[in-house]
Amino acid sequence: MVGPSLEARGLTKRFGRFTALDGLNLKLEGTKCVGFLGPNGAGKTTTLKLLTDMIFPTAGGTWINGTSVQEHRKRALADTGVLIETPEIYPSLTPNEALGMVADLRGVPASERKHRVETVLAEVKMSDWANQKYGRMSKGMKQRINIAAALVHDPQILILDEPSTGLDPRGVAEVRAIVRALKNSQRLIFMSSHILSEVVDVCDEVALIDRGHLLFYDTLPNVISRFGGAHASVDVQFSRPLPPDAVSRTIPGIPGVKNCQQLDARRLRIQFQGGLDAQEKLAEALVGQHLGLVSFSESESALEEVYLSQISRGD
Amino acid sequence: MATAVSDPAPHLAVPASMAQVGKLTRYQLREYLRSRRYVALSAIVLVIGAILTFVVAHFRGSIVSTSLAFYGSFWGAGADIVIVLAAVFFGGDAIAGEFQNKTGYFLMGLPLRRSTVYIGKFIAAFLASVSMMVLFLAILVLNGAYYFGTGLLPWQLGISLVLAIVYLVAVLGATFLFSSLFKTSAYGFVLTAILFLFGFSLLQDLVADLVKIEPWMIISYAESAIGQVFSASPNWGITGTAVTTTVGMGRFMVTTTTYTAGIAEAVVIMIGYFLVTAAAGLWLFEREEFS
Repeated sequence: MVGPSLEARGLTKRFGRFTALDGLNLKLEGTKCVGFLGPNGAGKTTTLKLLTDMIFPTAGGTWINGTSVQEHRKRALADTGVLIETPEIYPSLTPNEALGMVADLRGVPASERKHRVETVLAEVKMSDWANQKYGRMSKGMKQRINIAAALVHDPQILILDEPSTGLDPRGVAEVRAIVRALKNSQRLIFMSSHILSEVVDVCDEVALIDRGHLLFYDTLPNVISRFGGAHASVDVQFSRPLPPDAVSRTIPGIPGVKNCQQLDARRLRIQFQGGLDAQEKLAEALVGQHLGLVSFSESESALEEVYLSQISRGD
Repeated sequence: MATAVSDPAPHLAVPASMAQVGKLTRYQLREYLRSRRYVALSAIVLVIGAILTFVVAHFRGSIVSTSLAFYGSFWGAGADIVIVLAAVFFGGDAIAGEFQNKTGYFLMGLPLRRSTVYIGKFIAAFLASVSMMVLFLAILVLNGAYYFGTGLLPWQLGISLVLAIVYLVAVLGATFLFSSLFKTSAYGFVLTAILFLFGFSLLQDLVADLVKIEPWMIISYAESAIGQVFSASPNWGITGTAVTTTVGMGRFMVTTTTYTAGIAEAVVIMIGYFLVTAAAGLWLFEREEFS
């Protein structure tokens, strides 16, 4: 069975003389989380708005699950949850009412509606505010309600435009936790962001756009190995302080490892050669060393290097 | 931080567009009924009713000479202003507000046709406006009961009420068009208020006095039918009447022509206004970008 899909073909958008997108071709397929990176004005939000028919393409088009968004918006958006530009809900409605309205308009059967609304409000930790007026809520609370609204019909596809923008650190962490949890629930998530740590933390793949052009789209390790010079990089954490010889001999001796930098007593940044396969072998080797490995993640700095090198190339 | 979420459900059947119109109308109406503007407009209608009640009680005379004269004066003086104010309050920012307040970004992510949103909001604004007309009508009927007892209301009031509702539909059509022209609510409010409170009347006079033709293309010309049904010999026809008056002013003779729309003609004008403005407003909204 073909999984959920999002596609842009020859997507071009001009605002007067300004070309926001120039012949973008991008196809996302399957259940995964794809980060959509780019500097301000790169064309991220424009792409997402074109994917949801909020604006209209100058040329090309967008498809959701094979259905043209421009020709059949209703069918295309039926199984999609959308959060773009921190939207506002009618201020006098309560979250219960607003989500009930969304569920109603989306065709969630009346018998399931109450349960679905309660479930998504619990997911975004807003159950205690279910009957308060939306207009009186803080920005962070509104954003969580907006995420709940995007989820109330259990969509296969989620389109999120910088979901943690403008939130305080706690709000950012909470939204990130929600997205991370969603990633494990058989959905295709397309999330724009300019927060690299967020993308490293929650995304499987990354697409980088600049000045309306797609620079690359690949898995995170492949992107780092392809564009980050010869070496990819991971940050690892151990449950106990590392013995000196582990840093100086054991870990650098693992095949493919090119450099090992100690960040503190329990954390290392390891540069290695290769893509996903090499990363998998490195993780297995580290576990095999019985050093108390508790965390293994893409190095944010590695993606940052790629990001900056690719963006500055266009300057 | 662990957050549990459920797996996606099988594809849901999105309701038909007509069903979605009904649902959207219900929620939008709920939003109107709870809003401060609804309370404010109710207060304004009560004030208008109170002023007219005072004026009638104070001057009486020919106003309460017959029930027809009373209902014609009271309803004729207040209905059109209540209609215009309701249209401004409920329709002025109906579309522009979706852009300015960013509620459109919420609605447009849903599997809805734009026409569904437009029609749903139009019907909600219409129903909210009708509730204001009913409030004004209640004040009128209470006054009528005081002066003429609780007997039968004149049938002309029923006809006038129908004409007022048709006028409301036409005014709302134009209001939604103005609202679709802008992405800032204030412009929609101001343009609607200026045009319907005195702009169209001014245009009507200019067309009649300067161009010397029947101002059938001006909506305020048709509005006069709401009061005309209470007159002794209303013109029910499809063509208007023209009365030319010549007045001597010193050495000069000034000739003015006053046009009065036939009631059937007024209905055609109002329906025409609605069809043209609604189609134009919807066409604009279909092409408006949430950029």
